[in-house]
Amino acid sequence: MIPAAFEYVRAESAEEAVALLVEHGDDAKLIAGGHSLLPLMKLRLATPTVLVDIGRVPGLSYIEERGDEIAIGALARHHDLETSAVLKEQVPLLAATAHQVGDPQVRHRGTLGGTLAHGDPASDLPAAVLALGGTLVAQGPNGRREISALEFFRGFLETALGADEVLVEIRVPKAAGAGWSFQKFNRRAQDWAIVGVAAVVNGTTGIALVNMGSTPLRATAVEEAVRSGASVTDAAAAASQGTDPPSDVNASSEYRRHLATVLVRRALEEASS
Amino acid sequence: MTVGAGTFSGTPVRRVEDPDLLRGAGTFVDNLKIDGMLSLSFVRSPIAHATIRSVDVTAAREMPGVVGVYSAADLELPDAPALMALHPAAIRPSLAKGTVNFVGDPVVAVVAETRAAAMDAAELVEIDYEPLGVVVDMEEALDRGSPAQFESLGGNVVIGLRTGSEDPLAGADVVVRGRFENQRVAVVPMEGSAIVVDPTGTDFDLTVHLSCQMPHVARAGLAKLLGMDQERVRVIAPHVGGAFGAKHLSAEGVVASKLALELGRPVKWVETRSENLVAMAHGRGQVQYVELGLRRDGTFVGMRCRMVGDAGGYGGFGGILVLGQTKLMAQGVYHIPAIAFDVAIVTTNTTPMGAYRGAGRPEAAAFVERIVDMAADELGIDPVELRRKNFIRPDEFPLTTVMGADYDSGDYGAALDEVLRLADYDALRREQDERRRRGDRMQLGIGVSTYVEVTGGGAEFSEVEVHDDGTITVKAGTSAHGQGHATAFSQIAADQFGVPIEQIRYVQSDTALVARGRGTGGSRSVQLGGTAVLQTSKLVVERAKELVAELLETAPEDVVVTGDGRLGVAGVPSKALSWGEVARVAAERGAPLLVQHDTERAGSTYPFGAHVAVVEVDMETGRVVPLRHVAVDDCGVIVNPMLVDGQVHGGLASGISQALWEQFLYDDDGNPITSTLAEYAMPSAAELPSFVTAHTETPSPLNDLGAKGIGESATVGSTPAVQNAVVDALSHLGVRHIDMPCTPERVWRAITAAQAGTLPDPWREPRPEMAGFPREGAAGEELERGAESVNL
Repeated sequence: MIPAAFEYVRAESAEEAVALLVEHGDDAKLIAGGHSLLPLMKLRLATPTVLVDIGRVPGLSYIEERGDEIAIGALARHHDLETSAVLKEQVPLLAATAHQVGDPQVRHRGTLGGTLAHGDPASDLPAAVLALGGTLVAQGPNGRREISALEFFRGFLETALGADEVLVEIRVPKAAGAGWSFQKFNRRAQDWAIVGVAAVVNGTTGIALVNMGSTPLRATAVEEAVRSGASVTDAAAAASQGTDPPSDVNASSEYRRHLATVLVRRALEEASS
Repeated sequence: MTVGAGTFSGTPVRRVEDPDLLRGAGTFVDNLKIDGMLSLSFVRSPIAHATIRSVDVTAAREMPGVVGVYSAADLELPDAPALMALHPAAIRPSLAKGTVNFVGDPVVAVVAETRAAAMDAAELVEIDYEPLGVVVDMEEALDRGSPAQFESLGGNVVIGLRTGSEDPLAGADVVVRGRFENQRVAVVPMEGSAIVVDPTGTDFDLTVHLSCQMPHVARAGLAKLLGMDQERVRVIAPHVGGAFGAKHLSAEGVVASKLALELGRPVKWVETRSENLVAMAHGRGQVQYVELGLRRDGTFVGMRCRMVGDAGGYGGFGGILVLGQTKLMAQGVYHIPAIAFDVAIVTTNTTPMGAYRGAGRPEAAAFVERIVDMAADELGIDPVELRRKNFIRPDEFPLTTVMGADYDSGDYGAALDEVLRLADYDALRREQDERRRRGDRMQLGIGVSTYVEVTGGGAEFSEVEVHDDGTITVKAGTSAHGQGHATAFSQIAADQFGVPIEQIRYVQSDTALVARGRGTGGSRSVQLGGTAVLQTSKLVVERAKELVAELLETAPEDVVVTGDGRLGVAGVPSKALSWGEVARVAAERGAPLLVQHDTERAGSTYPFGAHVAVVEVDMETGRVVPLRHVAVDDCGVIVNPMLVDGQVHGGLASGISQALWEQFLYDDDGNPITSTLAEYAMPSAAELPSFVTAHTETPSPLNDLGAKGIGESATVGSTPAVQNAVVDALSHLGVRHIDMPCTPERVWRAITAAQAGTLPDPWREPRPEMAGFPREGAAGEELERGAESVNL
């Protein structure tokens, strides 16, 4: 429960963080809220030799309107999201999802950028950003680039971020007045979802699944069924198509498939009511 | 705060313990800093069963700050302390010798100047293991040819015994059968195990600060293991962050003590949370095959129990509880004229079993209350009526049960009536009917349990002294670790001396300050320690009255304790002496107002109660949400209702949690898969409903206070109520049993199977090996007596 020895460097800007990543290569790990990385380090499952702390980089915690989008600094904490007036009005799905992450302590430390960059399929916010069709902005040695949320999650705890890149901004389309739902099924309030569903109905329907495979997933079969006019129940029946849910101590793969169907139906019902 | 001298008992006096705890002035072991203190860390086996081929500590020894790295071969270590050895062949060494028997078995001890240095060095210890066959499942452990831990045992059965009636189901019209799993759970106190051993003091050869329940017992055990005179050893239990039956001198504590003596420096070992989940004894762990015979009218005829108890690695003593308290309480609150009770206690390659809140009694109430509900379903009788019909009646106490328990007092019907009234049982049933008729997604389940358990038994020590400033020091041999003895016992004493509670100084948990004691466990403290304080206070008051009578020239029987905390003459208000004045004179005469006193041995008391649990079941997902829990617990006469409710609230959380959430699991290779609190489902307040608690008060005739234990009762009563509620929610579908914990997936599978008409039979025959065990003989009786004496 004590991490292996490591060096600690605090970056004062995204540029400095990138430079430190370049300097230290694979030995370095970024840390912001620390709620994914520190437990792994305490169990010595992760043993980075250099920690680059971006938690205090100024100017990366904003939540603001920008044209048709809401732009969110990567260091905005879950608590900032759940209490943001602009987010509650323009993208209530994201605020409501943030409200269900962990417990108040976790929400006061964890950051949106951190949970996306960690890419845990069991985390809530990646699925919400995925359902919304968000855009992620990465900063690297050669400047900034945009990555669609649809392209971001590559494998288990693996994202499109390069080893020398820092996630700096997340943008999601405004969806005031859109239907939405976040269905989280867990055993204890503070747990990760056994299965979760993020849905947004705004002309088109976006649905993403939590913990139904090695990455957060779009439920494309359901989206297609909805597009082609299927009933909510029929569309929900396709919830587990193309998924590969894990079996673990909380649920079998079979049960997760069943839950996905129930929760997608409930999400569609709530989002269209 | 002062509510008037002489009137403390029975009132909710606020805890005198809390100011220190709330201000961060706690004395928890890890807060202790001593100059030159070293830190101890363990390298534990990552494999469930293996031969240790070699241990290489070279690299670890070379790490900066490391003082020493030791395996069993490097130290002359005594065996691990055992509260009770189940079998002479199943002995646990303090560090693994030759083989490891569970994941978490300590193999190497690393001592360093700092905790971080010790942990860093531990990473560098190289141990070569040759894996051996693993048995995790306690029933598979019974199979001939399953991998055994001890060759001389010739298998995994530590004790196999058949007891009781030969034909208990004779004459039954109906026999209801169920196989129930009472799952393994982890204890998870907020503070894990912790010890500081200091060999540098001048007054004692060894001063041990140990997070434990029974400092005097730990001192005796440690002195014996180390070959020391126990008068030269001091054990202090400082603030303890919860124990729940599991905190005693451990194998690691013995290693820490040995190393402190070898190195001549203080050594600290504080368990990490990860260690705690695999190293601290686990609890429960029984598979119960139960058959209840009834007549058509619902009268119980007899019961046959065939039980398997999991002792875990090295035959942990908790395995014996099935033959101790579970067997003793198998009759519950009912007349069951004939009972057969066969047991198999087995070793498995898992964390050793120990005592956990209730220690054998929750396991008994769980199967009794489950089979009674199944019988009610089978016969179409309301579960409440079936219980009432078979209750032992209030006028039958005292009563010796078929199982040999001497029930002291009880009124089971009164507790049941009260809980049904508080829960509005009939209204709940009406709502359940409506939901069923409407086919609601959220169905209602109503679970009832009526239980009796066993607490206390034995004697306890107390010392009371009045000082010349009028303050009074009260000591008891019990050792609180969260319960609030300082408050309750001060209430008892303050009433006798007629003084404000602030005038009492309460001392406990230090072998240098308290002459002797049995500590706290088995819900024994108020009935024994509290009674000791009461009796000792009375002896001091008597002596004081004699002295005052002489000083004021009156008869001792005319001396009274006044309402303002003095000793005066009845009817003559002006004639009175303060406690300080009396103490001064007593001291001057060479006989200070100090009495040490041991109570006479008392029999166990039998608290009881009735619980109603209300749950909602989501018929689409199987998710269970506990909506309400109403508990009526009778612990005899209550000293402090607020402390009692605190015990009940904690007990309910534990009990409800076993029914719905907690289970410690291993994969087939013996790897723990619930080894962090992310996987091991300890609930928080967010998961629990609001509790309704109430009490009937049926005095125990066995102690001066009329008190019975309350620390574990709510755990005993709540688990079956909640499990019964879950099954009740689905009973209209034909579901008769769901094992604990009633996880969403298990409940969903039951619903799915019921809808498909493929519900599994809740019964199957136990392993045939059990039929071959010897019938109870001299050896068995001896073991049973031992088992009953283990009351934690």
